[in-house]
Amino acid sequence: METVHKIDTIDRKKRSSQKFAFGFFTFLSYLVVAILFVILGFIIIKGGNVISWDFLTKAPEEGMTKGGIYPAIIGTFYLIVGSSIISFPIGIMSGIYMNEYAANSKLVRFIRIMTNNLSGVPSVVFGLFGMSLFVNALGWGDSIIAGSFTLALMSLPLIIRTTEEALKSIDDSFRHGSLALGATKLQTIRRVVLPMAFPNIITGLILSIGRVSGETAPILFTVAAYFLPQLPGSIFDQCMALPYHLYVISTSGTDIEASRGMAYGTALVLIAIVLVVNLLANALRNYFAKKVKMN
Amino acid sequence: MRKFFEKLVEGGLLISGSVSSLTILLIVVFLFKEAGGLFNTPSTEEGYVLAVHNTNEVAKLSPEQLMDIFDGNITNWKEIGGNDVEILPFRLSDLTNYYSEEELGSEFQYVPQKISELIGKEPGIIAFFPEQYLLQEHFQGKVLPTQNITPSEFFGGTKWYPTATPAPIFGLIPLLLGTLLVSIGAIVLSLPFGLAVAIYMAEIANHRMRDFLKPIIELLAGIPSVVYGFFGLVVIVPLIQKTFDLPVGETAFAGSVVLAIMALPTIITVAEDAMRTTPRAMKEASLALGATQWQTIYKVIIPYSISGITSAVVLGIGRAIGETMAVLMVTGNAAVIPTSFFEPVRTIPATIAAELGEAPAGGAHYEALFLLGVVLFLITLLLSISVEYISSKRKI
Repeated sequence: METVHKIDTIDRKKRSSQKFAFGFFTFLSYLVVAILFVILGFIIIKGGNVISWDFLTKAPEEGMTKGGIYPAIIGTFYLIVGSSIISFPIGIMSGIYMNEYAANSKLVRFIRIMTNNLSGVPSVVFGLFGMSLFVNALGWGDSIIAGSFTLALMSLPLIIRTTEEALKSIDDSFRHGSLALGATKLQTIRRVVLPMAFPNIITGLILSIGRVSGETAPILFTVAAYFLPQLPGSIFDQCMALPYHLYVISTSGTDIEASRGMAYGTALVLIAIVLVVNLLANALRNYFAKKVKMN
Repeated sequence: MRKFFEKLVEGGLLISGSVSSLTILLIVVFLFKEAGGLFNTPSTEEGYVLAVHNTNEVAKLSPEQLMDIFDGNITNWKEIGGNDVEILPFRLSDLTNYYSEEELGSEFQYVPQKISELIGKEPGIIAFFPEQYLLQEHFQGKVLPTQNITPSEFFGGTKWYPTATPAPIFGLIPLLLGTLLVSIGAIVLSLPFGLAVAIYMAEIANHRMRDFLKPIIELLAGIPSVVYGFFGLVVIVPLIQKTFDLPVGETAFAGSVVLAIMALPTIITVAEDAMRTTPRAMKEASLALGATQWQTIYKVIIPYSISGITSAVVLGIGRAIGETMAVLMVTGNAAVIPTSFFEPVRTIPATIAAELGEAPAGGAHYEALFLLGVVLFLITLLLSISVEYISSKRKI
């Protein structure tokens, strides 16, 4: 009777400690969710008052206190396109090479370590590097092309890793089946492996666009301009960009208080890009996951 | 033909595969190329000379001593190993206090003679003027030899005054300490949250809750740093100022809070992945022995995944140390050695971002900023390698 009673108290003790710990973890998790919603909610509410058609389609006026952010939107768009043209093919091909051609060789292990290191390099170091190589050494000056290359190199590790993961998740039996039917390795990759891995690769690419659109430090010394009277005419021109615009008008504009509204609006546009990118990536992932299941 | 084509494609793929390694290499080469000149640069402004009276015994002055002299903090040569003479700092602009415009000539053609004369007359003088005004013959003073900036001045220096004249001071220590203070503060704040959410997602939450949390964490990771910085600037900074009743809200603490939020997604994802790798058999064995779920978590799952959790922490620190824009916007950017959490500090990345635009290319300031980039790059490389090492140990 005595021992049973003892076990009972131990049991109750461990149960109550579990209850306490789990309650604590659940609470902290909800708190993290709350933090996100506070940030999003704050910027959406404050920025929502500012956003209008004019805001999105007009140039800034009167020392950034009035007008819109059209040139910055266009600039960011150019940078996204420019860096994607460079980073998508290189990143995808690199991922294919690592998973399909040289999986687990010494070389691939080395490349993987280097890619991991590259993903740990701070964005401001990319900025320094881009300035030194593209702006100065190659003589491109502050230009869209210099900024695009810098951003592309920065987003490479993310693309390589997601491509590699996507390819890795495809069962080897598909490859063996294709090879057994007489297809060459390249045909197998092109006709069997890539189409199957496509949705996951696309998800990685979309997320990299989200990252490129919001980075400030790499474009600080390679392309971004405080204000330009006209839109860039060629890839060797400077351009305005959303994240840099937000940074400048919220810290060092001519009249910080008066341009607060513009800053809220710019922040909202940036957040909107990130939201759209994330929703799109998730929707794609779910859509294709369902499709694969049905097949 | 087809074989040749296959080989060609494979070659192309190999080249793409080596781009990331090549980039690392190029980063190293170009950062060092730009930064390397710093220790061959004279510590005083280029094109300027420092001259003293002939009887002056002081032959060498460090940049910090020079600054103290010209700021009036050192007033007697005795303090820095010279004779007991009052120091008279002299800049070119002071010349009109000693000579009238007629004496200097209508086109300032007599300036070199007058400077020379003045130095000969004043035993306590230290003159700082452009080299073009140095009298070539019969100069009545002693020109101090130019010295180069030394590595010990940079790595051991406790002051950062990059635009001071006559000699700018580039000391790494205040920036390094600022960076470490802000980053470590951020990790201390975010680690409990990060681990709790990771445990919750890996072991406690049901499927629906997990599917709800995952995109939220991704979203947190996706918000641009400049937006975090802006949010910190308009919400967190005023909040901290009011709560702690501070003169300014832009403090190391504000930086830590913003960075803590930003480091959360990294810590959560990596730690959760690590906990998920715990073999099912291990968990079930623990439960079968009568342990509760919570006991299983802290006696089996956490010890098993400890290396993964360590990686999460290190990666989080890496992210915090390299973060630029958010920190630049909320920490107040005072380049002094921090003494408390509630003072403005300046980090290495913030310094680079804030000052590179104003530093003339190729000058000492420019090179010093690139050297800061090298330091930052090496720190993060070290962290990446230690993560690699930690996770390679786990496999054995």
